[in-house]
Amino acid sequence: MSKPSENKQGAVQTTGHAWDGDLQEYNNPLPRWWLWGFYATVVFAVVYWFLYPAWPIGGTFTKGFATVTYEVNGEERTTHWNTRALLMRDMQTSPAAVRQREFLEVIAEATYDDILRDPDKISFVRSYAHGVFGDFCATCHQAGGAGIIGLYPTLADDDWLWGGTVERIEESIREGRLGYMPPFRETFDAEQLRAVSAYVLDIAGYDGGDEDEIRRGEAIFNGTDGGCFQCHDTGGTGRISQGAPNLTNNIWQIVDVAGAASYEARLALVQSVVRNGVQREMPAFGERLSPTEIKVLAAYVHQLGGGQ
Amino acid sequence: MKHERVETNAGLLIILTLAVISVGGLVEIVPLFYINDTVEEVEGVRPYTPLEQRGRDIYVREGCYTCHSQMIRPFRDEMLRYGHYSLAAESQFDHPFQWGSKRTGPDLARVGGKYSNEWQVQHLIDPRSVVPESIMPGYPWLAENDLQYADIEARLRALRRVGVPYSLSEEEYQANVERFGEEVARWLDISRAEENLVAQARAGNYDGDPSRITEMDALVAYLQVLGTMVDFTQYDEGYFVEFR
Repeated sequence: MSKPSENKQGAVQTTGHAWDGDLQEYNNPLPRWWLWGFYATVVFAVVYWFLYPAWPIGGTFTKGFATVTYEVNGEERTTHWNTRALLMRDMQTSPAAVRQREFLEVIAEATYDDILRDPDKISFVRSYAHGVFGDFCATCHQAGGAGIIGLYPTLADDDWLWGGTVERIEESIREGRLGYMPPFRETFDAEQLRAVSAYVLDIAGYDGGDEDEIRRGEAIFNGTDGGCFQCHDTGGTGRISQGAPNLTNNIWQIVDVAGAASYEARLALVQSVVRNGVQREMPAFGERLSPTEIKVLAAYVHQLGGGQ
Repeated sequence: MKHERVETNAGLLIILTLAVISVGGLVEIVPLFYINDTVEEVEGVRPYTPLEQRGRDIYVREGCYTCHSQMIRPFRDEMLRYGHYSLAAESQFDHPFQWGSKRTGPDLARVGGKYSNEWQVQHLIDPRSVVPESIMPGYPWLAENDLQYADIEARLRALRRVGVPYSLSEEEYQANVERFGEEVARWLDISRAEENLVAQARAGNYDGDPSRITEMDALVAYLQVLGTMVDFTQYDEGYFVEFR
């Protein structure tokens, strides 16, 4: 607290008016450091105007004298300072970007065989894909390609809807996939539905079905009544050209049959799929990701566990 | 002018205060209305279709912008993750724009086509069922609520008022045909707004339920178009630099 005796009236200038007869306000000068700081910002602003884009004039603006040099198709261009040109220069010359580009160029040139065998290349693929797969793929297929039963197929096992060779994987990523199984609720009556489902459980290796029923289901599945074989192949071994899964390996895409408690529960799950059909879509990434990024992803997915 | 005169005269103080404050606004904001050469000349950017526009209304209603920006900045890390940096041209028909500055969730400027419709629907209903570490709340009512679109014409008319080229007259329609091509011009015709909205929702079946048109249809239609209008392969890398 300041004492009035130390601040004698008149020693410091006041703002010049009095309230309630004797209340007055000192008009102290600003501290020196503050004032010089203020002048410095003024000088900074003026220098800034000359260096960088600043003042609007009519339909355009002052561009400033600072420049950025970047490359387009091997040809050098210099332009006034701006963040877009800085980004291009950064992509072209910053050490991390250059290193990454060198690796990507190596990958772009290499064959899949080479990438998958060479420890250096595959370790780059793993670390690069960590980000790209994490952002673009793991939202559906989950971290490490674990998948979600009923929604998004796992990429970490050796069961493939559309083929597990690295070329087929690349095609899936680039062009996307549309999986479709029609609903059979109009085609089958309750008995046929049950029979064909019993057959599906039988070929998947589950005991407990009625033998006659299974034989009837087999006839429907592999005959013209159901025509299931047209996509799932005779005997239900699957067909990658259709994206139709192999039904004999007890790996389930749409419903968790293996996790169900009883034969009846399993039968009900299979019946629900046959009745309602399935429609699945994987988006195409051919326009969103570069060919090399797709190559990296294909190699990454291939080495997750089940590449063929 | 004496300090005392200003301080003791409320009317004068108000006028002078307004004058001083408006200098900042005039210098910083007004020129933006006239600097046209910073808006890139690109093909493909069009106003939203009626269904996408309703989706955008829902996006705003649910406050998606409080956590999601729609503005990819020109930095290497952003470009690697989200794609090409956003252009001024890409939000020229947005009223209000959704650039934002707060990213609790990821940027959505180029989310269109990145995930399937199914994924979008499931993620909106229950985000953690597909992204376990997500902190986004679920929006299950979007799939339950029927989309209200009786007022769609009035909504488009309001946007037309602020400069979005939805067409009312034959003359405006023809101008749109010239500017965007006939197919897009038809989408932008206000008199056909309701019919167009229903047709797009039916054909797209964004929510996976073909029997009705829900708010989910509209929102997913909007999300799937975000950032997809410009074909960046058409332009060389240096093209956009010239607009800065």
